[in-house]
Amino acid sequence: MKVSYNWLKEYLDLDVAPRELSEKIARTSVDINDVYSLGDGLKKIVVGEVTSCEPHPNSDHLNVCQVNVGEDKPLQIVCGAPNVAAGEKVIVALNGARIADNQKIKRGKIRGVESNGMLCALQEIGFSDKIAPKESSAGLYLLPDDAQPGESAISYLGLDDTIIDTDVTPNRGDMLSIYGNVNDIAAFYDLKPHFKELAVKENDDQSAADLVTASIKDQKIAPTYKLRVIKNVKVADSPLWLQIRLWNSGIRPINNVVDVTNYVLLKYGQPLHSYDYDRLPGHDFGVRHAEEGEKFVTLDDNEQTLKAQDILVTADDQPVALAGTMGGQGTAVEDDTKTVALEAAIFDPVMVRKQARRLDLHSESSMRFERGINPSTVETALNEAAELIAELAGGTVAKGIVTGSEKPAKDKDINLSLSKVNHVLGTDLKMADVTDVFDRLNFAYQVQSEDGIVVTAPARRWDIELSADLYEEIARIYGYDKLPATLPVMTRNRGGLTARQKFIRASRHDFEGMGLNQALSYSLTTVEKAKQFQISPVDEPMKLDFPMSSDHVATRMSIVSGLLIDVAYNIAHNVNNVALYEEGRVFIPKGGERPEEQEHIAGAVTGQLLANNWHVADHPVDFFQVKGMVEQYLKNMGLADQVTYVADQSRAEMHPGRTANIMLGDQLVGFVGQVHPKTAQAYKIPETYVFELNIESLLSAKKIGNEYTPVSKFPTITRDIALLVDTSVTNADVVALIKQRGGAFLKDVHLFDVYSGNHLPAGKKSLAYTLTYQDDHDTLKEDQVNAAFDKVTKYLTSQLGAEVR
Amino acid sequence: MGLRERLAELREQGLADIEQSKDLKKINEIRVKMLGKKGPITNVLRGMRDLSAEERPKVGQFANKVRDELSAAIDDKRQKLEEAAMNAELAAETVDVTLPGSPVAQGQPHVIQQVIDQVVDLFVSMGYEVAVGDEVEQEVYNFEKLNLPKDHPARDMQDTFYVTPSVLMRTQTSPMQARMLEKHDFSQGPLKMISPGKVYRRDTDDATHSHQFNQIEGMVVGTHITMADLKGTLERVAQSLFGDKLNVRLRPSYFPFTEPSVEADITCFNCMGKGCAICKHTGWIEVLGAGMVHPNVLKMSGVDPEEYGGFAFGLGPDRFAMLKYGVTDIRNFYQNDVRFLTQFDRKG
Repeated sequence: MKVSYNWLKEYLDLDVAPRELSEKIARTSVDINDVYSLGDGLKKIVVGEVTSCEPHPNSDHLNVCQVNVGEDKPLQIVCGAPNVAAGEKVIVALNGARIADNQKIKRGKIRGVESNGMLCALQEIGFSDKIAPKESSAGLYLLPDDAQPGESAISYLGLDDTIIDTDVTPNRGDMLSIYGNVNDIAAFYDLKPHFKELAVKENDDQSAADLVTASIKDQKIAPTYKLRVIKNVKVADSPLWLQIRLWNSGIRPINNVVDVTNYVLLKYGQPLHSYDYDRLPGHDFGVRHAEEGEKFVTLDDNEQTLKAQDILVTADDQPVALAGTMGGQGTAVEDDTKTVALEAAIFDPVMVRKQARRLDLHSESSMRFERGINPSTVETALNEAAELIAELAGGTVAKGIVTGSEKPAKDKDINLSLSKVNHVLGTDLKMADVTDVFDRLNFAYQVQSEDGIVVTAPARRWDIELSADLYEEIARIYGYDKLPATLPVMTRNRGGLTARQKFIRASRHDFEGMGLNQALSYSLTTVEKAKQFQISPVDEPMKLDFPMSSDHVATRMSIVSGLLIDVAYNIAHNVNNVALYEEGRVFIPKGGERPEEQEHIAGAVTGQLLANNWHVADHPVDFFQVKGMVEQYLKNMGLADQVTYVADQSRAEMHPGRTANIMLGDQLVGFVGQVHPKTAQAYKIPETYVFELNIESLLSAKKIGNEYTPVSKFPTITRDIALLVDTSVTNADVVALIKQRGGAFLKDVHLFDVYSGNHLPAGKKSLAYTLTYQDDHDTLKEDQVNAAFDKVTKYLTSQLGAEVR
Repeated sequence: MGLRERLAELREQGLADIEQSKDLKKINEIRVKMLGKKGPITNVLRGMRDLSAEERPKVGQFANKVRDELSAAIDDKRQKLEEAAMNAELAAETVDVTLPGSPVAQGQPHVIQQVIDQVVDLFVSMGYEVAVGDEVEQEVYNFEKLNLPKDHPARDMQDTFYVTPSVLMRTQTSPMQARMLEKHDFSQGPLKMISPGKVYRRDTDDATHSHQFNQIEGMVVGTHITMADLKGTLERVAQSLFGDKLNVRLRPSYFPFTEPSVEADITCFNCMGKGCAICKHTGWIEVLGAGMVHPNVLKMSGVDPEEYGGFAFGLGPDRFAMLKYGVTDIRNFYQNDVRFLTQFDRKG
């Protein structure tokens, strides 16, 4: 709420500057969005009186004006506004003035005629169209007669008032009024407010009940509903003091009737609505839900199509307003309105919120109904508004209030224990400290014992229900700054990361150590992408009921597809070396209410892992580089079962000849390989290699023990062997056979060369291995090794058709 | 010329030759020539049999001395030549040390991960356990059990990705409050937990909104947990993440699941409280929301609010990272541009 500092000062003897006050409000009550004056940045702008106005000799629309600005001689100013005329009081920007947008006004010549300043419209001194009075669109804003030539127009128009723009939390609806602000500020500065209410003077000759009736059948919609009638009004502009209050509060002045309702809304937080009595379709007011599809034209000239959840104010069952949200076009107060029916009500907060939200009609009124209304000021506000309309628009207030429903204003008694207060806040307050807070807040209380006190929360603070709410009142008024700062008493809690959390962290660090940068991608994706790159495919992902965008409709079932979107973003921005990994959840529907959430880790690499360098040969990423990362990671994780890589063609998104399933024992735990060129094309990415692993499988897998293996002191003997085999024979086949037949002393089989090319017969390749032998307990003899090597050679020849080269 | 004189002359000649030699080959030649079995010194010694018995040991001694001197001179010279040769070789191997070093493969944790790890590590060091919840959550845990009844504004369809009427993408990490309260065995001491994770809102992505972001929830519930403990804990967090010199201020706020509720601000680290664009000229930056756990939340999770109480807080790593590094567009975090990802050193 835009709170006027000057308005507060009407009711409070404040001796703090506005900025200091706003800091205090932020610390004690509600957050502050901004502190400003409408006149910020304006300079040398005064009231002037146009003493003469002659047509410009060289123009058909400009006038040459002589303007009295309170100095010896009038100023000559050229003006193009259509409503400029001799005798009018106007806003003058003098030579050297600053007007809106920090624009500087300088003396100069306009079409050959000297001009010593500028006559201003409100928009030219910074008024937005949202707050500039309607008639000001005609051109210059004409000032009332009491304006003195030469006085500052900035203060005359109230633009030097400081506005404290508060950000009210949903629970503090009471702070959406000057009344609520005054009460709260009085509490934290320990002041006695002198709030002024205006009493109504009724015309005894006419009873409101003879003019209108109100029958509220559904009191859920309107727990309180009251009307007054003001007769013989003359609609006109409001006096300047009222306009100033409104524009400083961000509300546009319209006419004296509507302006009064807005003024009272600001003062008490009680929304009011004024109807043109003579335009009403009937005079029996009611409220009801709309018919599905019912049409209604609102004040803003839009025809709304209503739903059954919407709520209406009716006259003889014809809709006249969207209850609590916006009035109707047909019954609005216009210039010729004679009789006003004035409504003060409390509408259901949830119904108003849903209606305002659905129709996107958020207003000062709906905002207040949504957060609740003070039941104890409904009549106060209605009376004051009726009286003010009568005073300003010259009408008479018909006798009596017509009440359709009334929810009594109830105060609440809450038991409080001093020791509990101190226990919760960590303070050492005395009973006197606590009663001081409630004195300041003007809450009644009764001290029952040394520890017990009953506090009465008044109806104007409808947010307070529990003792916890009173703890908050004590804490904030006593001052959060005065709370001690301690840490929870140390306990036996051990805390720390679980084994699972440590495993996941280690996994991240491993891939970072191998050169992959951690990415964070979106979990929500398209159905198509959600289904791609799954380790163990399921048919359909989990889908959102009501997605926001077509890019985010389903939960991912693999991480790789998100990484490829990231790769594409980089490629599109000319970053050609991309090495990413991501660790996070995938969501696998398994028939339950919620999907199974699995932790996966995945990587994607394109271009080169290492940047181009003068010293190192270029090395575009390939299958074996990425596989090497996966191998190293799986080795680091200390898995007891054997990891094997099995050629796989089952995933349509993967290269059929360059993809391997990763098996742990006989369990599928992931895959590694090249993205299928067609898929890569669809993602708009170049050759890219990816892997994805299910961390859940690795977590639950058996790990190797902690015992170390002693390093043998005895020498090793090596033998190299080069084999010519059919291309269909795999490295895994050869190694498996060597290990199976290698004998007790074979320690290691190391592939050191693979060759297939022109020098070999077609369909053949050459594989070369170093076999390392060692006896842990004795020095190995040459003939032992020779015997073992010969045996392996024999099996390779006979079982794999290998030719020893 | 006597033997002694002959030896003296050989010594002078030899030392001069050694001094003048320019390479190891020459030095070797001198050694063979002077000290070899057919060399002049050996020859001189052969002539000693003609000397008297008194003279013989004296000349012998002198001859040994000459031989040792020459030998030492040769060694000395050889060492100098070897060193010179090595120096020449090293000079030839000189590299331009200003050429760039070879690149090393090294990835970085995501900047948001760095913030999360920092916060988690801080709380782990204070004895908190880390509880990670599901991202697809039951409505009852995301809302009802957190004191957000059916018609609460935060529950509007527009804000939440629903999957079914009872299942949704969690909008906050707070469901872990209820789940941990239900699970915790209070006979074993207070519950001290922290819960980081992804959350989802039905928002259109722009510079300041993201339909996916991160939160870290914290909660301590026991028999002796106070609001002063909350204040002290928040000060510890703010100062450990943003610096010791910063002050913390608490302001009243509103969350359905805490009462009293507060917002915690820290001194603007950019202007140290003087006021600047980052802090919107207030001198303060809002960093997290917190409060004392609402009695209804405790009750709904089967914990007696008369006996137990505590505090809870929630902070946003995305917002922390934006503040800390001056990132102005939250989408940067999820585009994963390598040039962005690699800017943040590992110290967070």
